[in-house]
Amino acid sequence: MAFYQSFLVVLTLVLVTAPLAMLFGLMAASASRSAIAVMRWPAKIYIAMVRGVPDIVFFLFVPLALDQGIEYIRHRALCSDQTGSVWQGNDFIVCDIAKMPLSSASAWVHDFYGFMLAVTAYAIVFGAFAGNVLAGAMAAVPHAQLETGSAYGMSRRQVYWRVLFPQMWIYALPGLSNLWVLLIKATPLLFLLGIQDIVYWARELGSAKTSAYTYPHPDWRVWYFLALLIFYLFVTWVSERVFDRLNRRFSRGQAVLMNSQQAGG
Amino acid sequence: MSSCLNAFQDYGLRAIGYGERLLPKADITICEQFALIGSGLIWNIFFGILAIMIGYWFALALAVGKMSGSGWLRGFSVGFIYLFRGTPLFIQFFFAYELFVLLPKVGITLDLWVVTIDLESRWLTRAWLGALLVLILNTSAYSAEIFYGALRSTPRGEVEAAMAYGMSGWQRFWRVVWPNMMRLAWPSYTNEAIFLFHATTLVFFSGFPAWRQSGDALYYANYFADKTFNPFIAYPIIAFYFIIFTLMIIGLFGWINWRLNRHLPQHAKQRLSIRLNLIR
Repeated sequence: MAFYQSFLVVLTLVLVTAPLAMLFGLMAASASRSAIAVMRWPAKIYIAMVRGVPDIVFFLFVPLALDQGIEYIRHRALCSDQTGSVWQGNDFIVCDIAKMPLSSASAWVHDFYGFMLAVTAYAIVFGAFAGNVLAGAMAAVPHAQLETGSAYGMSRRQVYWRVLFPQMWIYALPGLSNLWVLLIKATPLLFLLGIQDIVYWARELGSAKTSAYTYPHPDWRVWYFLALLIFYLFVTWVSERVFDRLNRRFSRGQAVLMNSQQAGG
Repeated sequence: MSSCLNAFQDYGLRAIGYGERLLPKADITICEQFALIGSGLIWNIFFGILAIMIGYWFALALAVGKMSGSGWLRGFSVGFIYLFRGTPLFIQFFFAYELFVLLPKVGITLDLWVVTIDLESRWLTRAWLGALLVLILNTSAYSAEIFYGALRSTPRGEVEAAMAYGMSGWQRFWRVVWPNMMRLAWPSYTNEAIFLFHATTLVFFSGFPAWRQSGDALYYANYFADKTFNPFIAYPIIAFYFIIFTLMIIGLFGWINWRLNRHLPQHAKQRLSIRLNLIR
């Protein structure tokens, strides 16, 4: 039963993360075109970071760093009587009431908290990917159109919202569809974050002997993983079909736009 | 400073089994972290280079196969590419490992006149061969898709010109189609190489066990983060290493790109840019 539930966990993660990542990406892409250097450079660094560092480093780093950051702030705020560093030797020590979530909280709170940390990590990484795609899409909107906008006396803000924003989506769509598939294919990494996802259950249920039970069947892990492969193949197949239709829908009546896009690769 | 040198002597080659046997447990210094994570990088480079070099030829064959008129050859190529691109690499590692474990333990002795090699099937369950195999197949599928796209946009006129010169099919491919295809595919292929290099960090987190605690860079970074409970040192170190190597890949591939486009007039040259349209 838990095995089937874990499929829902994966799908929930994807559905929650995708809009969040879009938001992050949109903000980053917009900021990277800003005239203000203080906004432009952090956004550019954020967008560029996923090119240089493997995404799984972020998946491992962000939840742990966030968790410690939150606990550290609560530690400083709630137990000001305790002095001394929180890193003592090889331990990270905060007082009891600063624990996140509280050790007295029920199990589902712990699970939910872990899940939210994972969502944040995914949103940050895929926000950077989305920022890449959207920044490229914004650059692909013909410059003459933006200039025409300002020639009509539009402010920068108006040019952004009325000319750039509506037009960039058609350029962004191929990249975004790729990103969606990429996000789906990154979900098994949830396992590394200690969330009991499908990989976890496939290992647990498949093996002949686990810490908790001894199953009456021999080692079936290979079959469980085969099932996972088929599941992912199916999900990516469905997504491809959907995006194909979306692409056709959007490009209807925009023959010129599509052609220039294909020529540009 | 001398203790730092010591750390590099002890742990610099730890990932391939030389040096100190035990990993540092208490009082971990920054030098030790740098040394050990750096030594883990040997594995990432090993996987990355071999997978790219072997996968390249396989990808070429697959791309040509997908283009070919023969039904079963095209079917195989399309199916192979679809299977490996449609599923997560992480699950592929797990599946391959479990599959390799189930294989019967046999040994084959290859007699190659000069040397004899004992091939054993249990090597497949080790990361250096099993994971390498998965990485090769995986990158072949992604690269084949890139090459296939380039193959389709090879200028028809040039092939016809080659035919007019009386070149044979083989000559036509290697002298006209292949260089053109490489030129067109190179920017995307650079991307693929970078992301493959990043994907090598997954190896020791999937089923493949790190034998005698000799793992890759991320394996050690994770080890340190677990031990010191402080992610703010180990992970930035590995990020630093990876950024440097990514820049090196971009430099190398950029140079090749320049060589491939040398003959073209300035305005027609394709600039190497990291586009995210065709990433893994």
